[in-house]
Formats: sequence, C-alpha cells, structure tokens
Amino acid sequence: MNSYGLTDRSYPSKPTDVYLFATCLIDQFTPQAGLDTVKLLEREGIRVHYPEQQTCCGQPAHSSGYPDEARSVALAQLNLFIEPWPVVVPSGSCGGMMRTHYPHLFADDPELHAKAMALADRIYELSEFLVHVVNFNHEDIGEACTIALHTSCHARRQMGVHETSAALLDSLDKVQVKEQARIEECCGFGGTFALLYPDISEAIATDKVASIKNTGASCVVSADCGCLLNISGRSAKQDELSGCKQPSLPGEHLASFLWRRTNGGAA
Amino acid sequence: MSAREEILNRLRKTHVAEQQAMPDVAGWFGAHRRSEDRVQRCARLRAALEAVHTEIHDVTHDNWSSVLLQVAVGKGLRQILIGAGTPHGAQLQACQTKALQLIPYEQPIDTWQDLLFDGVDASLTLARGAVAETGSLILWPTPSEPRLMSLVPSIHFVLLDEDTIHEDFYAAMTAESWSEGMPTNALLICGPSKTADIQQTLAYGAHGPKELVVLLRHADGRQA
Amino acid sequence: MNKVVHLHPMDDFKARSKAVLDNAGQRKNFRGAMDFLQAKRRAQFPDQDEMQGLRELGASIRRYSLAHLPRLLEQLEANLTANGVQVHWAQNGPEANAIALKIAQRVDAKRIIKGKSMVSEEVGFNHFMEAAGIEAFESDMGEYIVQLAGEAPSHIIMPAIHKTKQEIAQLFAEEIPGVAYTEDVDALIQIGRRVLRRKFAEADIGLSGVNFTVAETGTLCLVENEGNGRMCTTVPKVHIAITGIEKVVEKLEHVPPLLSLLTRSATGQAVTTYVNMISGPRRPDEKDGPQEVHLILLDNGRTQAYADDELRATLQCIRCGACMNHCPVYARIGGHAYGTTYPGPIGSIISPHMLGLDTTFPLAFASTLCGACSEVCPVKIPITDILVRLRNEAQARPETEEATLRGSGAARTLAASTAWGMWAQVYSKSGLYKLASWFMSRGRALSPSEQGAWTRSRTPLVPASKRLRDLMKDHKS
Repeated sequence: MNSYGLTDRSYPSKPTDVYLFATCLIDQFTPQAGLDTVKLLEREGIRVHYPEQQTCCGQPAHSSGYPDEARSVALAQLNLFIEPWPVVVPSGSCGGMMRTHYPHLFADDPELHAKAMALADRIYELSEFLVHVVNFNHEDIGEACTIALHTSCHARRQMGVHETSAALLDSLDKVQVKEQARIEECCGFGGTFALLYPDISEAIATDKVASIKNTGASCVVSADCGCLLNISGRSAKQDELSGCKQPSLPGEHLASFLWRRTNGGAA
Repeated sequence: MSAREEILNRLRKTHVAEQQAMPDVAGWFGAHRRSEDRVQRCARLRAALEAVHTEIHDVTHDNWSSVLLQVAVGKGLRQILIGAGTPHGAQLQACQTKALQLIPYEQPIDTWQDLLFDGVDASLTLARGAVAETGSLILWPTPSEPRLMSLVPSIHFVLLDEDTIHEDFYAAMTAESWSEGMPTNALLICGPSKTADIQQTLAYGAHGPKELVVLLRHADGRQA
Repeated sequence: MNKVVHLHPMDDFKARSKAVLDNAGQRKNFRGAMDFLQAKRRAQFPDQDEMQGLRELGASIRRYSLAHLPRLLEQLEANLTANGVQVHWAQNGPEANAIALKIAQRVDAKRIIKGKSMVSEEVGFNHFMEAAGIEAFESDMGEYIVQLAGEAPSHIIMPAIHKTKQEIAQLFAEEIPGVAYTEDVDALIQIGRRVLRRKFAEADIGLSGVNFTVAETGTLCLVENEGNGRMCTTVPKVHIAITGIEKVVEKLEHVPPLLSLLTRSATGQAVTTYVNMISGPRRPDEKDGPQEVHLILLDNGRTQAYADDELRATLQCIRCGACMNHCPVYARIGGHAYGTTYPGPIGSIISPHMLGLDTTFPLAFASTLCGACSEVCPVKIPITDILVRLRNEAQARPETEEATLRGSGAARTLAASTAWGMWAQVYSKSGLYKLASWFMSRGRALSPSEQGAWTRSRTPLVPASKRLRDLMKDHKS
C-alpha cells in the first residue's frame, strides 16, 4: 500500500476498447502526445474512444483550495466513461487525481461516490497500461541516443507507477537512459505552486535541469506534460538568456518518444 | 475551570472512532525475531558497538579486573570511579595497582560534584544487559551505581555478561517485565557521546564520555 | 512562538524565502545536509517490506494513543504523580512559561540549562526567562551555536544545519572569550564541551523536552547523542520537562517500534547514543538525580487539530524531521524562511493550530504536493492531504461550515475566488471549454510572451495550432 492508500493492483488482459482521457494540457499544448498515445494503443489492436466532452480532471482547483470548483469540473468527467472499459491517461498527475482524489471529492454523495470509485478503479496511467496490460514490445528503429527520464511525483508516489516508464525505455535497444542525481526529487512545477512561488519553483527547476544535463542526456522524456513544460521551459529560458539558439534540453512526452522510436517516423 | 479540565474537556468532546484496538506489538516482534543464539547475539552487539567507536574486550570472571587495569594503565588513567559496595567493585579493589586510584561513589553528589566533574578520569559500571540489534547497553542506575557514573567521567568502562544480551529492545523489556516497575532512571547506551551538529561532521566526546570500553564477560570455559 | 508580527504573511514568507534562494552559500549548506540525511535514512531501511510493516505498526500505535488520549493523559498523570513527578497543564505558551517561572522562583533559580526542546522554542521559553532575569542556556551543540549567534533553530533535529563550520569557527572565536579561530570540528566540539560542562554544574534547573511519555509506568523517554540531555535531567536539583499533550503512549512496549522509527528516520541511526527513561526524582537512598521532576503538558492549539477527523493525524508526529529532510522546498529555503518554530512540511501542517491560519496560510501553499513527505513519514501522516485540506480552509468563506479553524478564510480574495469560479464554469461545461480552447489555439500568435510568474523562469506556453480534439477528427477521417 502506498501513502495514498493504493494497494498493488491486478491488471486485466488486453481489452478490445479503451477510453482516452487526454488531459487539458495535452489537448491545448502538446496534442501530438495525445495522438501518439492513440496510435500506440491502436497498433495493439485496441479501439480508442475519446469522449469529446472531456475537459480537465479538476486538479488545479483541487490543489488550490477550491474543492467545490474541483468537484464541479470532476463531475463533468465522471459521466463520460459509461462503458466498463479501461480509461488510459497519459499523465500520472491527472491519473492520480482521478484515481485517488475523486472518491474523496464525492465522499458525501453515495451515488456519485460509487461512480467515482468505479471510475478510479479503471484509471490507468499510460506507461502502466503499456507495460502491465498491453505488454509493449516493439523494435527500436531509431538512432542510438542518450536520454534522461523524469517521472512525475504523482506517477511515482500517488499512482505508484515509477517503474513502468523506465521499463518501456529499457525495452528500446538503442536508447541509453542516464540516471540523473536526485532522480526522485520533484521538478518544482506543482501546478499553481509555480505561479504562487515562482522563486522557489525556479530554484527547484533549475537544479532539475542541471542534474539532467549533467548526465549528458540529449533530451528529457516524461510521461507528464506539466513536468515537461516546466523542465524544458526552464532550460529554454536559460538557453534564451545565454544566447544559445538550439534547445539544450528539449523535452518529449513518453508517448511521442515511444511512437517515434518504434514506427520509423511514419505517420 | 483549571487548564487541566479545559484541555481534557476539549479532548473528551471528540469521539474518535478509528484505531480503538490495541496495536499488536508482540505480533510484529514475534514475526521479525531473528532467533539468534548467544554467539550470534554477541557478534551483532559487537559489530553495532564497534561501528560507534566502542572498544570491546573479551574477558572472563577470572581475568576481567586485570584486563581492565591493564587497559586503564595503558590509557594513562589515574582514577576510576566505582560503585560502593558492589561485588565487582570489591573484586577490582582486590587487585588494585598503585598506578590507579579507585574512588567509590559513597556520598551524595551534592557534596563532591566539582571533584566528579574535574577530578575523575573514568568509571566502571555493571550493565544490566544489552540489546544486540542496536548495540545498546542497558543500565539501570542503582543507589550503589548512580546515574552520573555513566555520564560525567571521560572514559566509561562497562562490564557486560554475555548471558544478558537480548535480541532487541522489546525482547529485553518483556523478558525482564519492565512495565511492572521502572527504576527512577533506565538507560540504553550505544557508544561514547557524539554529535554531528557542525556541518554533519561526526565528533565523539560531546558532553558525556569520550570513550566507551566494554568488558564482555564470558561464562567460565567459554571464549568469544 | 509569536515572535513575528505578520502584517502580510504571504509577502513575509516570500521575502524570507528569496533571501535564502539568493544566498548561494546557505543553499549549498542545505543541499549538502539534505543529501547526507537522506542517504543516512535510506541506509537504515534496506528492507522495504520491513519498513512498511514497521511504519504501519508505528502509525497504529500513534492512532491508538490519540484515540484514547484523554484517558491516557489521566493515566500518565496518575502514574507520574505516584512516582513523585509533579504534573502541570498549560493551555498555551504563556501558561507554560508561568508554570516554569513559578517553579524557578520557588527554588530561587538563577540559571536554567536546557536540553533540546522544540516545545520550549514553541512557547518562547528563553526570551520569557531572560525577561524574568533568569538565564536560559542551551546545551545541545546545535542549539548552543544558534543561541550564541542570536538565532533560532532552522531544523528540528539539526538546529544549526544552516551554518558552515567556517561560520561556527568565526562565531566561537568572536563570542567565547579566549578561543582562537579553528575550523577543526573536534576542536570546536571540545570548546563547546568545556563551556557547557561548567553550565551543567552551575545550573539550578535543567529543562528538557520529551520524545515519548508512557502512561502505564509514568515514564518520560528522551533520545539524544550528546549526553547534554542526560546532564540536564540528572545534574541540576530540579528537572522540568515540557511536552505537547500528544506525545503519550499507553504501554511501555509501544516505545521500541516508535524509537526505532524515530532514530532511523531522523538521523539514520539504528539507535541514538542515549535513550534516557525517567520515571521519577531521586529517591532517599539514591546519591544523584534531580530532587524534583516536573512535567508540563502543553496544548497550544493541539486540541483544535484533535477535534477534526482529518487534521488529528497531524498529532501522530514523532518529530523526526524526515519530512523536511526530503522536502524540495525546505531543501531550497531552509527552516528560517518558514518563520515558525517547526519548519518544513510538518511545520506547515502543525503551525496553523498554534498560530492561526491567518498568519500561517502561505505555508500550506508552499508545497508542490510531490508527496515525498508522506512517503517518508514514519507514522504515515498523510501530509499532502492535510496540506490540501488547509488550503481549502484558507480559501473557505469565513463563518461558513467549511471554515472550521482559527483564521480560516484568510487567504480568500474576491479576485481569486471569482477567477476560480469562472475557471470552473469553463471546465465543467464542455461547450464553453471547446469555445475557449478554440480561441486559444486560433489566437496562439497572440499568446503573450510575458506570462507573469511562469515566464520569469521559463519560455512562454503557446497553445498548439490544433487541439487534440481537432487532431482526433483528422485521425478518424
């Protein structure tokens, strides 16, 4: 059992259909990661259903002290996944919100609570799903490269899936994953934390960028967009200030990286 | 209303539903017991103590006092504080050398505190037992071997009988039924006093003894 | 301790944090200390299953103790009293200080020597005693150093963690008569030892904290490495212990698991040099030990936490400091920035009960909610969940059912609550969301290059030209 009360889960066999909850960050800022998630799943013969009414898991309000606002946004997602299919989330943070916090958010309403519990049970973080349900196994056809992996704190501690992103990257023959110092430490994003305490957030992000760069990695891969936007955005700002034209630490979502490495760059 | 009543009343107003049942401490230690024999317990105690700069000498009932005196002379000690009227104190006195003054703790501290703080190099006390898991010596200071003996002198000798080494702290307190009556002061001691308060740099000899010397006394015919 | 008047708690906290962030030397100190303490703790828990099992046991002991708290406090009081220890109750800091002063005046005390006690910091003991003309001298090496520097501890276990040995060398050379500058740590410790040995011998009263109190035997348990705690509780004629009401356990057998969790989590030690269990003053046939032992049981807001089913877990804390040792925020800003006696994650969740949420709410938000604190907490306090709950309290409408704590609603502003209300409107109505996100991606060229706090440290966020929902339409067709 982890500190969020989650016990080791048992995984279903590969389903014919899944839902995709793509998250608001992916929808608006890195949609390719969402599309690549779809492609990864479809390649396995899985039909991917993307309920168009989905917006956001509600975490920004939930972690900012606005539970009513979080509840109303969460409620809008609660009714979108009617069939008993797994719901794949390409973010440990949003997945963690739905899996661990939804049941608490609706604790006072038996009907909604039951729904939240049922949904929570079907939430899978992408890397977790690819490893444990799909048994991802594809040839790495990319060039040899050296990268670093950053696993979000919510994937690591809330969902307890810190090993699956690493396992996926390990399965790629020509990808060398370098381990940065203090790999378990937060990148300093923390959602609205980055806006409320920019100085502290910057200090943490700066250290994270430095520890990753120290490994010699050419890019950072993560299964969470928030961390990626923070880490590579911080690095890009440093590049800008130092007059460096090429991004010294580009970031790529795990889904896009996996698809690129195993599909030869074809559409 | 008194502060006591105010506080208790505030607490009593809350009914706590969770964890009403007594935690199963015995179950945990039962499941995690190593079931080591005497020799293994000795070895683990020794490793734990040596890891914190404790000097250990294997001794017997016959030779412990001569070993102690030899070590003490080797360290250039001039005085050793001993318990008043203890069998081991008497045994030590019996083989006293001129080089060492044995000072029995006879008077209440109030009458000779300055001398204890400034004029006593070392002390000898008997351990009640030990905890192998953590390398802790168990001391229950008594009227004849009071609390300050194990604290103020720079070097503390402890005589420990190997048969009194328990596996862990829980085993020690249950085997000896501590909960039925505690002394005014019970101590676990693991090594000489130390601190890492300056830039995490470990330094021995903070406020208590600078050296801890254990005389591990084996039963007759046994050796380490 | 109410030492700072917070006119603008948020600005105060930010200013203090910034000062440390801009101090490269201090940041290096904290980073080095955190790495050291994390590695030490990790080495103590090689077996994950053992650790999780022991944490579960420790948590259940603490929860059990809290569930029976009033009964255990009465049992503790009865057994301590039977052992000859005098028990006092204090609702707040001033009451606790007044009790100690009354004892000091009765025995005509001039000098108090102090063992490490965060509760004494909490009540502002030293300043109070000094004002009353009584010297209160710290004897823990770290506490001695910060007192000599006129500062407060920046960590609950390692008070002088913010200082380098060079700074301490300088401090000793300047403040202690006849001491030459030396960076040799052993030499510095011996200087401290020499100064403090006199203080132990001369003190009229020894003051200490307590790690656990045991109800069934009437016992005070103190852990330490230096021996100063034993000095304070053994040498002076009077020993006063001060502790929070939550520190009690029922059975003596409850101590070994908690002790193991405490020392391994705090400093990565299997056990401390000394475990000092005190069950009474000197008896007539004994030759040393204090002639009087007192215990002051302090509430100071703890009963507020107790009354709430979610916040009560805050009181499970055994003050190991592992949460701060693993906190990315604490590692960057150190303990003083928090402005409270207890810094770091535990400080952020306990301080609102002592000082009010109105002055401490910025701390509840000063976390990325990364969960490292909850993960290492040896008694499984759900620290991040409690931080979120305190954020809710801070943003609650005052005087409503949601506002249950002293200072609830202090963070609430009309602008922020309106903005979050609008956010919820947009994100709970997919039509509105689609419209808004459509405008964002169509207007991406107009995305501001200055996005407030975000772009101070990062490149701007620019919406993609096509949203995922647009790409999905193309993909399907």
